[in-house]
Amino acid sequence: MDETGNVRQSGQQDYVLRTVEERGVRLVRLWFTDVLGRHKSVAISPAELATVFEEGLQFDGSAIDGFSRIQESDVLARPDASTFELLPWAAPDEPSGTVFCDITNLDGSPFEGDPRQVLRRNLDRAHAAGFEMFCAPEVEFFYLAQNTGQPVLLDQASYFDLTTADVSSDLRKRTLHMLEALSIPVEYSFHEDAPSQHEIDLQYTDALTMADSVMTLRLAVKKIAMEGGVYATFMPKPLNGIQGSGMHTHLSLFRDGANAFFGGDDEHGLSTTARSFIAGLLHHSREITAVTNQLVNSYKRINEGYEAPRYVSWARNNRSALVRVPVTRTGRPDSTRVEYRALDPACNPYLAFSVLLAAGLRGVEEGYNLPPEAAVSLDELSRSEQHDLGVASLPTNLSEALDEMEESELVRDALGDHIFEWFLRNKRAEWSDYQRQVTPFELEQYLPNW
Amino acid sequence: MNPLLVFPDPPPPELAQCLDLGAWTWKAVDDPDSAIADEPDEGWAGAVVSADSDPDGAVRLCRRLRQGEMPLEPLLLLIDSTHLVDLESRFDLFDDFCLMPVRPAELQARLQHLFWSSGRGIRPELVEYGPLALNIETYQAAVDGEPLDLTYMEYELLKFLASSPGKVFTRETLLSRVWGYDYYGGARTVDVHIRRLRAKLGEEHAGLIHTVRSVGYRFGQSRWGI
Repeated sequence: MDETGNVRQSGQQDYVLRTVEERGVRLVRLWFTDVLGRHKSVAISPAELATVFEEGLQFDGSAIDGFSRIQESDVLARPDASTFELLPWAAPDEPSGTVFCDITNLDGSPFEGDPRQVLRRNLDRAHAAGFEMFCAPEVEFFYLAQNTGQPVLLDQASYFDLTTADVSSDLRKRTLHMLEALSIPVEYSFHEDAPSQHEIDLQYTDALTMADSVMTLRLAVKKIAMEGGVYATFMPKPLNGIQGSGMHTHLSLFRDGANAFFGGDDEHGLSTTARSFIAGLLHHSREITAVTNQLVNSYKRINEGYEAPRYVSWARNNRSALVRVPVTRTGRPDSTRVEYRALDPACNPYLAFSVLLAAGLRGVEEGYNLPPEAAVSLDELSRSEQHDLGVASLPTNLSEALDEMEESELVRDALGDHIFEWFLRNKRAEWSDYQRQVTPFELEQYLPNW
Repeated sequence: MNPLLVFPDPPPPELAQCLDLGAWTWKAVDDPDSAIADEPDEGWAGAVVSADSDPDGAVRLCRRLRQGEMPLEPLLLLIDSTHLVDLESRFDLFDDFCLMPVRPAELQARLQHLFWSSGRGIRPELVEYGPLALNIETYQAAVDGEPLDLTYMEYELLKFLASSPGKVFTRETLLSRVWGYDYYGGARTVDVHIRRLRAKLGEEHAGLIHTVRSVGYRFGQSRWGI
């Protein structure tokens, strides 16, 4: 970091220390994320904060999923002072603050197992090529009456339904206030298609801030649901026959403050950069799917269809496509963007944004050609017709996705060897556990007949 | 508080004494180049320029300080009564003047009045505008007396805007003055933070920050009262 960077950082730390003092903060939560995208937290007393800013907080990483290494396992959590927030749900007599951390090795180098550092590295790479990536995810989730056994829905409403008396619209409203108080602007929030399903669309921001925001959002949604006596889940496909939860994510690249996807007079309003970025996403989509859809359950959503894409294709107004190019209103070139529709909200946002960026940028660097737009709804075509059109499908299960990932030099490079290898090992084990399970489907279908 | 720029270096002893008595922090410079080179990170709070010993140098300095998109204000010019006539075509170069020899009470009153009318209050560590108050020393912000929970960059952006009410800033200026270094996101980041600030100011006060179409942002009323 250069000198101005250092001055800036110490200004930020000073700001946090003064705020902690002035506002009587009693507890500071240091937040970070494991490789699977689960939120981790260590609380320290405000008296320690100055030292932790200075030296980092040393802890044994071997207990964290994906952090473990054979030799020395101690790492440092270094708070990123720019992310400090007062927790809006803390008790008034016990103000608490939170701050996201970067994890480093003891010598100060970025720790290879830290997803936030992985995203930083990918963003730095884009930055060196002159690009800044912006993301705007649409996060779907269900409110359920309990978190074990058979999921019980809270309502029978549908898309955009204005439900006056239901518990969930009140929960959603309180969640929005919390998010705004945590510097996470919400663009829209509404009742989704399925009963008890909700969606929160976040206002675009830079990818690192957005990955932090997704972590905070999942926590806030769950926290407020719990206070309301219900359970919120980001599981991709909790119910048979009811559409799953996705996290369609809008992506755009900016260069010198201008939207690099805007193509002026181009037929689709897309620049060459946008075209090859989309081509990169499509070309590498099968390789990155294990990261964007990391659970056994994720593929139940993809296979069912609905708003989830099964086929590697792009289109402007075709919701079965993997990449959609939303039509932008004239006079608003800055809103030119592409929407990647495979992601689900159980992903690790740092890693998912990293592989999306890597895939798109590869397309830009190598000047990939964009295949023709998918004109028809691909769901309606037979397998052979799809084959004739040269349309590939996304992996149909986690195992297939892992096979694709394992062969991918692009994903290895984007994630780094440490996470790449750990992720494959961990997910192979998950698949193998799953393979040994006797499922309710089998019991229902086979037990009466055999 | 960030220091006042004082010219020349060393300043006339009676001026130095006046400023010290009024508990102003200040730093003397001798020419336009050192005014730039010695500028603190937070910028100069304002300037007191004495045209006593080197009138031409004083005018050159004033011109330099008032150039560009971010002219320094407030600027108080100290001048001999025989030079009053020279001011006529140069009203843009200063915000107020004070005749030499300086009377301490007058200098205090003029400085305080300048800070008050530029929206910074007579206590330089406070930025106040309507319902909004920012304390520069404790980094705290409040609206209608209720504390605002801001991140560092939100606070810095609000402080910068509120320190020059009525003035329109481009995104690029805000990015370079408030962020001042490479930041993920570039100029778009400014829009994101403005959106976040408005949400935290609350519906009632979100209008304190105006979007000026195809230009940038302005805090408070415009200078033309629209």
